[in-house]
Parts: sequence; structure tokens; C-alpha cells
Amino acid sequence: MTGPLSIFDRPNAYIGKSVPRPDAARLLVGRGQFVDDQQLPRMVHAAFVRSPHAHARIVSIDGAQAATMQGVVAVYDGSDMADHCEPWVGTLTHMQGLRSPPQYPLALDVVRWQGEPVAMVVATSRALAEDACGLIDVDYELLPEACNVEAALDRDAAVIHPEFGNNLAWERIVDSGDVDAAFARNDVTIVERTFRFNRHTGVTLEPRSSVVDFNPADETMTYWYAGQAPHMMQAILSKHLGLAEENIRLIANDVGGSFGIKIHTYGDDIATAVAARILARPVKFIADRNESFLTDIHARDHRIHGRMAVARDGEIAALEIDDLTGIGPYSMYPRTSAIECNQVLNLTGAPYAIQNYRARGQVVFQNKNLMSQYRAVGHPVAMAVAEGLLEDAALAIGLGSVDIRKRNLIRDDAYPVTSAAGMKFDDLSHCRTLDKLLDIMGHDVLREEHAKLRSSGIHRGIGIASIVEVTNPSPLFYGVGGASIAAQDGATVRLDAAGAIHVSASITEQGQGTNTIIAQIAADMFGVEIDRVKVTTGDTAHVPYGGGTWASRGAGIGGEAVLQAATALRGQVLEVAGTILQCAPDRLDILSGSIVDVKTAAQRMTLRELGRIVYFRGNELPPDVKPELIATRHYRVTDFPFVFTNGAMAAEVELDPETGFVKLLGFWVVEDCGRVINPQLVDEQIRGGVVQGIGGAFYEECIYSSNGQLLNASMADYLVPMAAEMPDIVVAHVETPTKTSVLGAKGAGEAGTGGAPAALLNAVNDALRAFDTSISEMPMTPERLLKALGVV
Amino acid sequence: MKAAEFDYAKPRTVDEALAILASHEGEVRPIAGGQSLMPMMNFRLAQPDMLMDLNALEELQGIRDEGGFIIIGAMTRYRELECSELIAAHIPLICAALPHIAHAAIRNRGTIGGSIALADPAAEMPALMLALEATITVVSSRGVRRILADEFFLGLYETALADDEIITEIHVPRSKAPAHFAFCELARRHGDYAIVGIAITAQEIMPMRGLRVALFSVSDRPVRAVAIEQALENTSVGDAGAMKLAVQAIGSMAFQDDLNATDKTKLHLVGVLLKRALTELCT
Ligand SMILES: Cc1cc2nc3c(=O)[nH]c(=O)nc-3n(C[C@H](O)[C@H](O)[C@H](O)COP(=O)(O)OP(=O)(O)OC[C@H]3O[C@@H](n4cnc5c(N)ncnc54)[C@H](O)[C@@H]3O)c2cc1C
Repeated sequence: MTGPLSIFDRPNAYIGKSVPRPDAARLLVGRGQFVDDQQLPRMVHAAFVRSPHAHARIVSIDGAQAATMQGVVAVYDGSDMADHCEPWVGTLTHMQGLRSPPQYPLALDVVRWQGEPVAMVVATSRALAEDACGLIDVDYELLPEACNVEAALDRDAAVIHPEFGNNLAWERIVDSGDVDAAFARNDVTIVERTFRFNRHTGVTLEPRSSVVDFNPADETMTYWYAGQAPHMMQAILSKHLGLAEENIRLIANDVGGSFGIKIHTYGDDIATAVAARILARPVKFIADRNESFLTDIHARDHRIHGRMAVARDGEIAALEIDDLTGIGPYSMYPRTSAIECNQVLNLTGAPYAIQNYRARGQVVFQNKNLMSQYRAVGHPVAMAVAEGLLEDAALAIGLGSVDIRKRNLIRDDAYPVTSAAGMKFDDLSHCRTLDKLLDIMGHDVLREEHAKLRSSGIHRGIGIASIVEVTNPSPLFYGVGGASIAAQDGATVRLDAAGAIHVSASITEQGQGTNTIIAQIAADMFGVEIDRVKVTTGDTAHVPYGGGTWASRGAGIGGEAVLQAATALRGQVLEVAGTILQCAPDRLDILSGSIVDVKTAAQRMTLRELGRIVYFRGNELPPDVKPELIATRHYRVTDFPFVFTNGAMAAEVELDPETGFVKLLGFWVVEDCGRVINPQLVDEQIRGGVVQGIGGAFYEECIYSSNGQLLNASMADYLVPMAAEMPDIVVAHVETPTKTSVLGAKGAGEAGTGGAPAALLNAVNDALRAFDTSISEMPMTPERLLKALGVV
Repeated sequence: MKAAEFDYAKPRTVDEALAILASHEGEVRPIAGGQSLMPMMNFRLAQPDMLMDLNALEELQGIRDEGGFIIIGAMTRYRELECSELIAAHIPLICAALPHIAHAAIRNRGTIGGSIALADPAAEMPALMLALEATITVVSSRGVRRILADEFFLGLYETALADDEIITEIHVPRSKAPAHFAFCELARRHGDYAIVGIAITAQEIMPMRGLRVALFSVSDRPVRAVAIEQALENTSVGDAGAMKLAVQAIGSMAFQDDLNATDKTKLHLVGVLLKRALTELCT
């Protein structure tokens, strides 16, 4: 740890405490300000006609009748939009070879997934806009579709973009060590398995929402935004609508969850901005649930074949995976849809010391909704594959689940370490987290209990997983590839005349508590009570330039910027206080809103008094003292491409072999996210993440028919995990602060989602052991389990 | 997801309601708790010209005991059934099923009449009506009809109810042995529609006599499994031969798949549930 210990040990410290969210009361009494709460004069509402087909040529669109309907303001089709908007392409230069064709706000000529927007109606109410959509006649000529990932590269597969010749969007190969030699060793046992991870999506409580206003007098656009990266969106709107970047203001007030879903570029959102510009009046578009399921990015969609060779003592001699990922008809803009597969290649087996590793990833186009980054990008897939194979290997050589992990986990004193896939790890604690996990779950007792129950026909299982999580990314994630996505974040902290401080920060709040930890860090580092800290985020007119909150980077990167800015402001204030009090600044400190003597803590003057002198009675200061009382700092990770975190998780389940139903009995997580700023917020991030992981493992699935029709696009048929089925989730921590920052915080937002499916897969397979069968497809539905059991 | 435009009427008496149904041109849809109709309208799967609100019709409210029958008004909410002493004493099967129907918020509004009129093949109430040998009273300006549950459910969301009729009440015969029942269902999450479900009533259990077995979420309508009833009549739980015949009877039924299960899986699960339900019936 580099930062001096003492700064986190000051009296009245907030860092490390479960401070309640300052904004909780406001949200609870219904005074949140979500995009849909925006009611602007002359505002009109958008609705979209969407393709009912997975793949078809648009022969004609007849909007004449809709256009004359009372209350309808405008009807647009793809070419109307194309006249006002440059298309976008979801590629990045560092994802070598990735290709994707230009994409327009509304389909031009050909529709490529069911739900793709085809025409837009703007009317005086959403209901009228929907009525008018019903009057628009679109004539389609059906084209053969390519929906199934596993058949998308077949020679006779329909080619979605003829100019590309086939449906391959991207391919990457990792080959490290001597994999063939390791598999050929005569002392190894080889296990292999084909895993399937079906599509699911992130169901945000608040759907995608946009209200956009355009003022032709000064060419300014204001966009009320429900996403995670306001500055990224500002750059995108500027680039594609041809407006000056500084003339576009993004405002993200309260955001009701995002999970990566709202960080992408969607045609209907862009069309809303285009319509606002053409009409020079505010346009609102709030996606309904049906639209959300059809068009919010989906996640996963992998078929992975994996092989592992283990020596007799349990050493992993080699690991090989072959990943095929379906991304829909385009690579999502601007982050691309290849990152998911890339992460799988980077992270499979990452907790373990593996010398010989080979991986192939193929990313293919298909006639389904776009697939892209969702919470824990690639992680659940990578973790489940490695952990699943490891469990197979343990069984094959007669070693225990714990023993094989202990044999292979990277030792806690081995860092820095570079993995076979080239990932740089530091400050991780796999061995300690696993030990602590076994302890808190009472592992040995549970195993004994299960063995006894098994003999009386009760089939319980335990699954363990050790994981890494990518957090705090550096510019090497996106910026290096040409995307206008900041990897640095900024914070400005200023003291007002009443002795309160105001923080504006470029990271954003989507419900995880960003604003709370900003206030905690600022209050702590500067020295005021937390209720004297006012936080502004989400408004490009008022915050420093930065990336926003995604990739578990808010606390680690944005938090460090706040720490640095608050520390700098503290220095400024002490400097002025020293002048006023005629003593050296280093003999003073700020505590609970007062300047105090650093040794005795005796109060010397209040911040309010200092503010009064500086702002109102500057005549009392020497002429050469020109206090700023405002400080801005920016921070980015420089030493590493990412700051990895690690954790260990375990699940306990009970299987009903007659019905295929699985009951979740318990879940345990030991997480090392470095310095914990707010234990309660971190624990809830972990728990919420685990619940989404449980969703992916057991419930959530976008079920498509063979011709690309989404069959369960409603909350009745798409099963999100619900409280009644959730187990207690016990969370504990190991704290290894990252050396890359003073704050020492790594990310914690995605670990639960990334790791839970692996632990659950192993738990179910443990429960299936008595039946000599196993499952390798998610979600693990009753029907899939009955099939695995050979019952149906 | 906004409903298309519609007119709205809120009659104060059944006669008024029937007059509206008889005279209004275009489709008039009664609305009870709205828990199925509102989503259908928002999805624009239903676009009635007029919504006729049944919530002011006192004649459709209440649960009463009339000698041989417990009579349940069509507008009785699930929640009222849950709280009713009459139901608990005389039709405990309903109490067993209610916790499986959706969630408290929905049960506060949803009505028994709405569920029966809708005839969702996966819904609990229609199957219960079969198991309970209920009679459904429907009225129109043409008169009153009493329809046996066995003759009421005709297909997917299809019933014997004519366009100008509404359900007023349900008559459930008072059983001599109301406690001889079993109810089991398998739902992915608590409150979801079941993958398969079963409701059984019996007059006697040792041996089993007067069995009525109703299945739901297996076909396009709730199904009375007469062949299972016959296979088990006059036998005891644990009678392997009878059970074999019952399972054979299941095998000869036609199942329809849905998003959660193929017909084959449903067939298997009905066998599992039958076994479990019979154990429950007799313990
Ligand atoms: C989240 C959710 C989960 C659910 N889960 C379940 C479940 O697990 N099991 C289950 O069975 N149901 C479930 N439901 C549906 C619920 O039970 C509905 O309430 C019920 O099916 C309809 O009752 P209602 O009073 O709300 O009827 P409405 O929605 O008002 O009407 C339904 C239909 O019945 C007609 N109708 C209503 N009353 C009469 C009458 N007296 N005479 C003639 N026609 C009439 C209407 O015209 C309409 O066609 C669920 C609903 C939701 C929203």
C-alpha cells in the first residue's frame, strides 16, 4: 500500500463506513428525476414501427395515412433519417479484423432482426403515436435468415451482409506455451465438454429513455439521458448529427439501473435526437417492455468447447477453448460486440497458474437482436468454463474440489504475474479468499451433511468458483482503438461561503451509490460532515470531462479523482488558514468543518469564517494571497491495462431429480475489491450481481424460434430472478488495496454476476453426481435438467 | 404499449349492464380486476370498442352459503376468497390453490369471474371449477343459463359464454368431505403460471371414491382427467397396479408444449404430480 495509512484513520472518517445514501429519502418519497419525469413545453412523443421479421427486404413503406392522422406531427422512414445522420460502424482499430457494416437509425432497404426500427411516428401523445404506427403499411419480401450461432458459418448459411462473403465478424487466436505437447504428455488426464450459454438481457427497472430538445436559435441540443456515459454520448451525437460537441448537453439525473444496457448506441434513441432537431421541439421516447426485450442489447450467446489436461497431482498442464459467439446483425457501436468474446479468451482460467493455453474466438453475425456488453462482460462464461472443466478434472483424477484449486491457484505472494493470455495481475488474494470462503460456509460440515442426505435420497450439491474481475480499465480498453470514450475521470471540489463543499464528478450514478461514495471520499479527505457535501454528476455542462460509470470503474478511478481533488482543496484551505491565523499550514488540519490545530485538535476557526473572509472580506487578506478554493483533479490508471480484483464463491443447491427443479439453499462470496469505501454498498453490489448471475444460470433466457422470432418478450414469459427464490447471500471481504492509487479501491460491480454462474453450475453438477450425469447449458432449466437426467 | 382508444361505461345494475351488451354496436368487453385484460389491451391484443366496468355491480359481489351450495359472486377478489371463513371451512381446495396464483398485489384485484371468463389453460381457478364440480351462472338480456364447469371451457381462451353474457356467480356444491383434496403445481418462480398443475377432490379416500382429477397447463384448456379417475376409483394409494393404469391413462392424453416444457416433459411431470397429489390426498 503506497498511500499513508493515516489518511484513512482520521477521526470522523467516512471511508470504510456504511454511510446511508444521501439521496435515498428523495427517491423513496417519489421525488426522483428520471427521464420520463421531464415534461417540457411543446413536447411530442415518439413510437416506432419495428420489423416483424428476422430478415427481409423492405419493398415499400406507406406512411401517408398515418401522416394525416390528427395529432401526428411527423412520420419518418430510414432514408428520411439517413439524410440527417451519418451512419455508425461498430468497430475499433485494436480489435484487429473486426468488421461491421454501417448502421442507420432506422433500417434502410433490409431489416436484419425482429424488432429493428423501420419507421418512426412523432405525435402529441405516445398512444396516438402508437395508433399511427398501426396505420403504416410496410411491405416486406422475406429473406432467408441465419439465426443459429452454430450454423451461421456453414457454407450454405444465409449471408447477412453479402459484401462480407460470410457471417464471420471477428476471429482471435491466443496460443501460449506448448499446448499440444502438454496434451500429449503421458501423465495427464484430459477432460472436455461443450458448454452453451444462451442469450439473456439486462432488465433495467427504468427502460431506455430519451428526451431531446433542440434550439435552432443557437444550435444547441439538450439530451436527458438514462445512460452511463454522458460525454461518450455527447461525442457520438456530435459526430453523427454534425453538431458542435460543445453545443450538446447531456443530462443524466436519476437513472434506474443500466447494467451496460444503456451504454450503447440505439437507432431509436438517435432517431429521437434527429427528430428533435428537424422539428425544433422536444421529443420523448421511452422504450416499453416489449421494445426493451426486442432491442436492448442481449448478452452471452456462446457455444464453447473446452479441454483441460491435468497431471496426476492435479496440476493443470494445459487448457484449450474454442468460443463461438453470436452478436446479431451488427457489432454494437461504439464499444463493439467483440469485447465479450475477447474477455472470454482473456479470462478463462485466469485465477490459475496455467502455462499452456490456447483459445480461439469466433464472433458471428446472425439475424437476432444485437449482443453486446452487459454486466460482467464475458466473465460468467469464462469462469464457468474453467471452473466446470476443473471440476471434471478433479473428478477424473480423484482429487477434491478444494484440493485441485489449491494446487493451481496463483499464490498470493507471486505477484505481479502475467497470465498465459497476457493479462497482468497484481495485488490479488486467491488463496486467502478461498480459505475464508471455506471457513464462512462451513465447507467440510456441509459436505458431510450432503453425503448423509444423499443416502436418504436427497440430492444436494456444492459448487465452488475462484474468479477474477476486470475493473478500473486504462485507455487500452477502448480509447486506444479510436473510440471517444474517456478512461480518465475528473472531479472538481470547491468550498462555498458557508463552509460546505460541492463536488462535481464525471462518473455517474445509476443506482449503485456513486454519489454516496463521492460524498464519503470528499467529506473524509477534506474534513467536513457528509451532509455538508453536495454532489453533482451526470451533466456535461457542469462536470469535468470523463468516462462515466461502467466496467466497475466508478469508485476506483472516479473515486481517486475525488480523493485527489479534495486533498488539493484541503491544501488550499490550509494555506489560506495559515495566512489568516499566521501559522504554518502544516500545523493546521480540517476536522468536522473547522480549522483545528493539528496536534491538539483545538478549533482555530470555522470553515464558514474562512469562507466569509475569502469571499466577502478579501480586504483582510494580504494582496498577494489569491485563494482559489476550488480544485480539479483527473485520474487514470497508468501502470496496468486493468486493475483486476478476485474473489471466491460457493453455492449450495438441492435438486429434485423427478421434476428437474433446483432449490438454492445458500450462496457465499468472499470478495477482494481493495479498499472498501462503503461496506453496505459493496455488499449490495455483490448481492445484486449474484442475483443477476443466478438469473443467467437458472431463469433468464431470450428464447428465439428457429426463424428469429423472440418468443418471450414480456415480463410474464421472460423470467427474472425474484426474491422468493433467492437464497441468503453471505458476503465477506479480504482487502488488498491496489497500489495503483492512493484510495486503493478496485471495482466491485460485476464480480457477483461474473462468478455466480460458475459456482451454480458446479453445485448442480455436484447434485447430479449420483445420477452419473451433468449439465453444461445455461440457463439450467427444469427441462434441461430432466434431459440431462435422461428422464425426458 | 398504450391501449387503443375505447369507450367506457360503468353500469350500476346487472340489468343496465345487460342492456349495454344487447344494444351497443361493436365489441363490448366487461372488465373486472383488469389483471389480464389490461395487459392484453396494452399489448393491443385486445382492442374493444367499449370497456364495461363490472366493479359497481353489487349483485356480483359476495360469498354465501345456500344449503347445498357455496355461492361465489363473479366479482369476488382472490383476496376475499383467501380471507373467507366459508371458503376455508367448505372449499379448502381453493385456499390451497390461492397462494400459487400470482402475487398479493394481483390477488387484491383479480376476480374469480375474470379468471373463469378468461379461461387461460394455465390458470388455477378453471381447473378448480372442474375438480369442484362447479356450475357457472351466466346471464344476458335473453335470460339465465347455468353451465357445468365440464361444459364451460371449450378451448384456448374459449368458453361457452356468449358475447352478450356475463358471469354472475359460481355455485360450488358443498362436499361431505371437503378436506379430501389435493393441489400441486410446478411453477418456475413463485406466482408464475404453472408448467403443470393438478387438483383432486374425492368423496372418500380409503379406498378412493368419487375422485375428480383436473389438470391445468397441459393443453389448450383445463382438462378433467376422467381416465385417471376411472383407473383409481375404488383403489388405495400405493396400489401399484392402479397407479400403472393411471400413468397409462396419462400417456394416452394429448399434451401441448409451451415455452417451459415440451409435451413429453409435461407428460412426465403430470405423472410425478399425480403421485405426489395422491399422497397428499390420503395423508
Ligand atoms: C403478474 C401476473 C401473474 C399472474 N399469475 C397468475 C397465475 O399464476 N395464475 C392465474 O390463474 N392467473 C394469473 N394471473 C392472471 C390473474 O389471475 C387475472 O386476474 C385473472 O386471470 C383475471 O381476473 P380479472 O378479474 O383481473 O379479470 P379481467 O382482466 O378484468 O378480465 C379478464 C377477462 O374476463 C372477462 N370478464 C371478467 N369478468 C367477467 C364476468 N363477470 N363475466 C364475463 N366476462 C368477464 C373480461 O372481459 C376479460 O376478457 C396473473 C396476472 C398477472 C398480472
